Amino acid sequence: MAVKDYIRERFFPHIWCPGCGHGIVLNGLIRAVEKLGVQKNEIVMVSGIGCSARIAGYLDFHTMHTLHGRALGFATGIKLSRPELKVIVPMGDGDALAIGGNHFIHAARRNIDMTAIVMNNRIYGMTGGQYSPLSGYGILASTAPYTSVDQSFDIVQLAAAAGATFVARTTAYHIQQMIELLQEAILHKGFSVVEVMSQCPTYFGRRNREGDAVAMLKHMQKITTPIGSKAKAEHPELIERGVFVRKELPEYCEAYDTIIRRAKEGK
Amino acid sequence: MAKRKLKEHRINREWCKGCGICIEFCAKKVLEMDQEDKAQAVRPEDCVVCKLCEMRCPDLAIEVVAEEEVEEDIG
Repeated sequence: MAVKDYIRERFFPHIWCPGCGHGIVLNGLIRAVEKLGVQKNEIVMVSGIGCSARIAGYLDFHTMHTLHGRALGFATGIKLSRPELKVIVPMGDGDALAIGGNHFIHAARRNIDMTAIVMNNRIYGMTGGQYSPLSGYGILASTAPYTSVDQSFDIVQLAAAAGATFVARTTAYHIQQMIELLQEAILHKGFSVVEVMSQCPTYFGRRNREGDAVAMLKHMQKITTPIGSKAKAEHPELIERGVFVRKELPEYCEAYDTIIRRAKEGK
Repeated sequence: MAKRKLKEHRINREWCKGCGICIEFCAKKVLEMDQEDKAQAVRPEDCVVCKLCEMRCPDLAIEVVAEEEVEEDIG
């Protein structure tokens, strides 16, 4: 199918700013679904609040636009009642790891079969550029005019430690890798997390003098490297891209079904 | 070996916001910004149909349409 068959054209052009990385995630996700050949009505997309959350409205799947940080909670309910559906939960960094931090770690711990996409632009864009738990030390934001003194989370390490059974990272620049990782994450049985480093030229880029969208994408290209590359050995500060965790553990809905069967049999 | 041949670039001027990502990262420098800050294909003959512009466009505003796959002349 063509890209236009996956979107709700009446909402285009979308609200995102020129050069917003979230648009590239939208583009990559459509291609991942197209390559997998999954039908639109087999997918439920559940989002929270923020620029990132608008992605659900643009896609012609089953979609829910829910509460800030609580998308994974709603998604858990949907998955438990309709386990045959593929559940995809796109979130921003603040939505996933500040407001929804507890939902995030517990969904990962339960290993419920869904795909969490963290569109990490390190800022709250929609509300005016406040710093997020992913902004990091030394970053300028509307709420940190003299730079932030908060350290940032490492989404990959956090997800892995919380128990996610598929954890990957890529960037908006590395579109082909993004498409591959999203495909693998959607197929993975269990809780999968894909961090996509995304650019917010309007608030993060401008305030931190990182330039426009093009300059920010070039920067992402420069500061990342494939997992275990020679470059990483020589420059430990580089951020790795690729699949960090890929393992099998009992999936939550299946485990829950087993318990229901046992309870009904009275043993 | 089969090679993809370009038919046309379909650029949706209503959706293009002129961010320049497609222009900057095109390996063959096929695209340029026009006077209204919209992407346009100025050297379509150089396009190798890699479709990276199409895949990286945050606005879903570019479609690179290929001819039916043609056999590369190896004679």
